[in-house]
Amino acid sequence: MFDDLKNFFAKLFAFDLFGGKKKLKLGLYGPPNAGKTSLANRICQDWLGEEMGAVSKVPHETRHVQEKEKVTVESGKKKLTFNLADTPGIATKIDYEDFIKKGMKKKEAQERAKEATKGIIESIKWLDDMDAVIIVLDSTIDPYSQVNITIIGNLAARDIPVLIAANKVDLKKSDIKKIEAAFPQYPVIGVSAEYGDNVEGFYEELTGLMK
Amino acid sequence: MLTLQYVPSDELINLDSERKVGKLLKIIKQDKIVLMEGRLSSKEEAELIEKTMEEIDRKFKGIEIASLEPQIKKDFASVLRDSIFKMFFGNKRGMTVMGPANIIKEIKKDPNKLQLYTSNRRGRK
Repeated sequence: MFDDLKNFFAKLFAFDLFGGKKKLKLGLYGPPNAGKTSLANRICQDWLGEEMGAVSKVPHETRHVQEKEKVTVESGKKKLTFNLADTPGIATKIDYEDFIKKGMKKKEAQERAKEATKGIIESIKWLDDMDAVIIVLDSTIDPYSQVNITIIGNLAARDIPVLIAANKVDLKKSDIKKIEAAFPQYPVIGVSAEYGDNVEGFYEELTGLMK
Repeated sequence: MLTLQYVPSDELINLDSERKVGKLLKIIKQDKIVLMEGRLSSKEEAELIEKTMEEIDRKFKGIEIASLEPQIKKDFASVLRDSIFKMFFGNKRGMTVMGPANIIKEIKKDPNKLQLYTSNRRGRK
């Protein structure tokens, strides 16, 4: 109850002293290696001409929230300006030995694991600051994971608008219908952040997200 | 040997979220698999993930968790009945399985089915 009131007043007073609503904050959330930073890079390259951050096949490459300010996306007659936040992937377990299997040295792997745990905590804390969220899911992977359900449940509880980007549609195993069936209450748009497949459709959905 | 510990909702209903999460993690860190009646709220699940991340070290690698919950009809009467039930008796619907990630390698979930993949010295089971 207290949290609901806090959120209500936070949204009510989301104006700066000199008029005008504060910048809309749009977050990219999802499990590790779903392609959040690839999608952030795609958006930032298309509309700012610069990248957000480094991508890697090793999970937890993004271990701190990264932000780009004043991104304006246009699609047809619609336009949306926001600050974009790319968040570390949320997981329930981190094992440094998994990083060693990917070719890292023990010390480096342990450091990455430590930073990854902090990144996950940071991601969860940032949920309170978001005005809208794109959940990025790997469309080749089973969507019924508890992490996905927890993220979506928390956004629903905060009444935050959500768009689900079913990423990696360029891959054969991609199954958007499974994601649509798992989360029927939210719009799902297939996209390939890496190759740009259906990125126009993605921008159309995105600009219609805040009504 | 695997130990499964049943946690009825009555044991958790009067605890605040911090103590609830603490109690569940304490059981998990004893290398037991928790079978919990009902499920945590989304906020409590997020707190459980945060607390888990704080406690990860060389021995404790984190948790695996999955819940099953019956589908509630979306008509007004069903939603109202469900909300009132939750208000008085907590979220007793469904069940949640959670355990240490060094024992549960993966939980596969279909809407009405959970499959736990555990590991032992002989490999995946």
